[in-house]
Amino acid sequence: MAPIARLLLLALLSTALTISSGSGDGYTINGRVKIPQGLGTKGFALPGKTSNVKVILNGGQIVTYLRPDGYFLFQNIPAGTHLIEVTAIGYFFSPVRVDVSARNPGKVQAALTENRRGLSELVLEPLRDEQYYEIREPFSIMSVVKSPMGLMVGFMLVVVFLMPKLVENMDPEEMRRAQEEMRNQGVPSLASLLPGGGRN
Amino acid sequence: MAIRSFFLFILFFSSSLSPVFSLYEDQVGLMDWHQQYIGKVKQAVFSSQRAGRKRVVVSTEENVIASLDLRHGEIFWRHLLGADDVIDGIDIGLGKYVITLSSGGSILRSWNLPDGQMVWESSLQGPKHSKSFLLVPTNLKFDKDNVLVVFSNGRLHAISCIDGEVLWKKDFEAESFEVQQVILPPGSDLIHVVGFAALSQFEMYQINAKNGELLKHESAFFSSGFSGQVSLVSTETVVALDSTGSILLTISFQDGKISSQQTPISNLVEDSLGPAVIIPSSVSGIFAIKTDAVTIFIRVIGKGNLEVVEKTTHEIAVSDALSISEDQQAFALIQHASSEIHLTVKLAHDWDGNLLKESVKMDRQRGLVHKVFINNYIRTDRSYGFRVLIVMEDHSLLLLQQGEIVWSREDGLASIIDVTTSELPVERDGVSVAKVEHNLFEWLKGHMLKLKGTLMLASPEDMAAIQSMRLKSSEKSKMTRDHNGFRKLLIVLTRAGKLFALHTGDGRIVWSYLLRSLHKSEACQSPIGLNLYQWQVPHHHAMDENPSVLVVSRCGPSSDTSGVLSFVDTYTGKELSSLSLDHAVVQVIPLPYTDSTEQRLHLLIDADKHAHLYPKTSGALSIFKREFSNIYWYSVEDQNGIIKGHALKCKCTGEVADEFCFDTRDLWSVVFPSESEKTIATVTRKLNEVVHTQAKVVADQDVMYKYISRNLLFVATVAPKGSGEIGSVTPEESWLVAYLIDTVTGRILHRVTHHGSQGPVHAVFSENWVVYHYFNLRAHRYEMSVIEIYDQSRADNKDVWKLVLGKHNLTSPISLFSRPEVITKSQSYFFTHSLKAIAVTSTAKGITSKQLLLGTIGDQVLSLDKRFLDPRRTVNPTQLEKEEGIIPLTESLPIIPQSYVTHALRVEGLRGIITVPAKLESTTLVFAHGVDLFFTQLAPSRTYDSLTEDFSYALLLITIVALVAAIFVTWRLSERKELQEKWR
Repeated sequence: MAPIARLLLLALLSTALTISSGSGDGYTINGRVKIPQGLGTKGFALPGKTSNVKVILNGGQIVTYLRPDGYFLFQNIPAGTHLIEVTAIGYFFSPVRVDVSARNPGKVQAALTENRRGLSELVLEPLRDEQYYEIREPFSIMSVVKSPMGLMVGFMLVVVFLMPKLVENMDPEEMRRAQEEMRNQGVPSLASLLPGGGRN
Repeated sequence: MAIRSFFLFILFFSSSLSPVFSLYEDQVGLMDWHQQYIGKVKQAVFSSQRAGRKRVVVSTEENVIASLDLRHGEIFWRHLLGADDVIDGIDIGLGKYVITLSSGGSILRSWNLPDGQMVWESSLQGPKHSKSFLLVPTNLKFDKDNVLVVFSNGRLHAISCIDGEVLWKKDFEAESFEVQQVILPPGSDLIHVVGFAALSQFEMYQINAKNGELLKHESAFFSSGFSGQVSLVSTETVVALDSTGSILLTISFQDGKISSQQTPISNLVEDSLGPAVIIPSSVSGIFAIKTDAVTIFIRVIGKGNLEVVEKTTHEIAVSDALSISEDQQAFALIQHASSEIHLTVKLAHDWDGNLLKESVKMDRQRGLVHKVFINNYIRTDRSYGFRVLIVMEDHSLLLLQQGEIVWSREDGLASIIDVTTSELPVERDGVSVAKVEHNLFEWLKGHMLKLKGTLMLASPEDMAAIQSMRLKSSEKSKMTRDHNGFRKLLIVLTRAGKLFALHTGDGRIVWSYLLRSLHKSEACQSPIGLNLYQWQVPHHHAMDENPSVLVVSRCGPSSDTSGVLSFVDTYTGKELSSLSLDHAVVQVIPLPYTDSTEQRLHLLIDADKHAHLYPKTSGALSIFKREFSNIYWYSVEDQNGIIKGHALKCKCTGEVADEFCFDTRDLWSVVFPSESEKTIATVTRKLNEVVHTQAKVVADQDVMYKYISRNLLFVATVAPKGSGEIGSVTPEESWLVAYLIDTVTGRILHRVTHHGSQGPVHAVFSENWVVYHYFNLRAHRYEMSVIEIYDQSRADNKDVWKLVLGKHNLTSPISLFSRPEVITKSQSYFFTHSLKAIAVTSTAKGITSKQLLLGTIGDQVLSLDKRFLDPRRTVNPTQLEKEEGIIPLTESLPIIPQSYVTHALRVEGLRGIITVPAKLESTTLVFAHGVDLFFTQLAPSRTYDSLTEDFSYALLLITIVALVAAIFVTWRLSERKELQEKWR
């Protein structure tokens, strides 16, 4: 209830200011940043820690911080279309386009620029939380097998256990012919090194 | 050539689209470091809380408010306000709120002292601009509500400390009234506002603090006028100087009656001193005046009798008064003596007696003491102890207590002007080297631990041991050059005129040097550092010389004041020499030539458009004469919207014969129509950028030739109306024009208009492309565009095999008179954030693919693969294009959280990003600076030429052992089998 009362008070104050400033270039944008609890709790960003959240108007023209209840306020803003950005480590906020019109002061039209969604009231919520680190995959046998060392071992196993089988399944005639050929070329025969290769 | 091209092909295929920069949480701090600063302290307030940790709250010239630990100097919390939100005053209210007044007294904020959460914010308006004052009375109450008194913009406000509501306000609308002091005596509820009106009228207003009612208004006329500030010597007396600065006016307004007394300074001091200024202080009964050479402390006795208590020619700094008991005030005084500073703490009414007198050894590189803040504590024997916080000339902050420096902070690093790098010494016998690995057993043990970590077998203690072992690795912080070129010195120039050398391994300060040439002197009133250049980079002939840097500075803010050059050795941090120039320095052009001792030639252009060659040696001159006709440069005149090209003409025709001075001539000029275009950004390629190949192989085995020229300039102009902030202009009346200009011929190679767009423009130029960031008013989003420029004159050499075999025809003529046949390709994309800085990675040979480094408004650095900004992207790329690595076109550029280079850190107040190539081709070093500093290594195409840091040597060893064992086992097995076969 209290924040609503304060909002009303602010709205009243702002209209009062608009009138009192006289020159016609003082409007007030007030809004609220809401970071849902639970979002981002698994990361490093401290949930509910709002003291480091900055709200930035027009790429750095005005920088302000949040009150404990999440409200923020820009004062003495000329009429026009403005851009509000919220920066908070751990969250991704879409910039917001805010139209401040001279005709009906106090009425603020806002839309998220990322997805062009209109906002009925200026409550800014993060689109998603940001995970800055890769997550280490838990140890699995597959990762070892896929590593260069694993491949080496795997290849060796193939050579040791499958090659003899292949050699065994070959036709003895063919084998002999192949060996003859190799001997003629003077190449040291692979088969003779292998167990079972020297059988014939 | 062929091999190189082959390498290039491999690179093309090996690169993949997944975010390249990605980090595991336990890798934080391995290759990166982050340092937090606050800037030069303007004001410090000590928290008087009894319980909990002692704190001091400071405001700085970087617009930071921070709460520091008084014991160690660490930051509890810190907030950076906007660039225009300059802090006018801070104080602590009710012992638990930090109150800040900023933006010329128009924004008042309250922050929670323990955690820095903002509590409330209110905006204070007023009829006109004025000085602003923030008073936090301890016992002024208004309906049980503590009250703050703020004078700003010609209006006095009383504000509730709890919620920032304005309780009452009182305008001071008199046209010429200039407020000088707002006084609220403790225990009283009368506010005195004193000031000058119409230059010679002294005005005093007495106001009821309860309701803002004006009780009294008195004024007095002083024919001699006033100058400068006033000093408050008691709650009812101020001292001012007359307009000539030679007569002291003691004005008291006791009981609302103004009475005054005039005392010529010459009555107090025999010798005439010239005009003086008052140094404002808050010590009751004492004030100080300062002339050029002398500082004089004067005591006020009774009603306007003045007495000189001390006269000193030393540099001196005085703190504000500190109430230590009901009626006693203490203050601190610091005087310089050669290598020491003397701290004295005195009571306000007793000048001759010292409460405390200490001498502290002070590093000469810290310069003079600029500010002193005093705080007291109660010792165990119930006597008073004092500690002082001092701000030095180099912007560092130190805490002195019991004759020692308890802690110091190098806050000069918060305001870096320029950065360059230097190599470290080569490892030689004489050079001492930190012990690296102790013995094989230790090494193996370490790797076994790591292996345990990868196999997830490690206990938490083991994990901690692994982490500390990785972070401490002495390898990265050695003081010698390494094979991969990761270890370097970052040489930074700060606004205070101090040079620091930071080690890239761990960010520690290797040496620091306060430039003597940037000291105030007779000839040089307000020297400011401008730029840093590499002066001597020995690698071939002058191997024994130490490398050195050139610091260019000038004697004042305007560009026609004379310049100063200093040369500093980067190994020792000693100034080799310095030159006071008799000409101004408007532009410095490092030339791509070096003399016989590897000193780089620099051309300095002065205000009269003469060019001066440095170093002034005959060797340099002969090299320069040889290249005389090949030297061109350009200049940008922002106000007039003119870009001019220049070349050298002949020797100076002045009366003094100076063979190192040359006349210049204008070659061309581009004039932008001032009614429709205003230049807001100009960018060229980095001078030391290396481009590996001019050819780009596209999908169907065609070759495109990049138009690579060092003389390309990117210029962005906007409609004059649209040069303000976002929201000040409609899309119809704003446009942005981008140009590519050849700076030798002045020819505009490309021009493109973005309707409905406006600045600010951040751009980066590399190889044959430029990427720029601007605001699109129609979509109301930021946009990034890329322009790539290709050479068409060699378009017939299209065969990729000719290129690979080095048989293509390179002999196409280049002439200034023919228009270069170029084509440009461009494309635009939406981008979410505002930018503060943009840079591109650079590597040793330029083979590795490029990444853009974007400094976002949230003070983070995002890396974005250049392939996302490829004008050949289409919505549906063909199979061939996909193979080449072209990404399907999307409306906006992706933001992948894992590709934030700064991961979960912020480089608060980010201003610049610098990339330096390492020797290893895959790796580039990135340094981002602002109020904070951040450094890391990046591998834009992953580390294809080295093993990663987490490579497990132990696993490799185990595999080899296992393989050897397996060979033996199988050998035995096979032998046995053979034997059995033979027996059969």
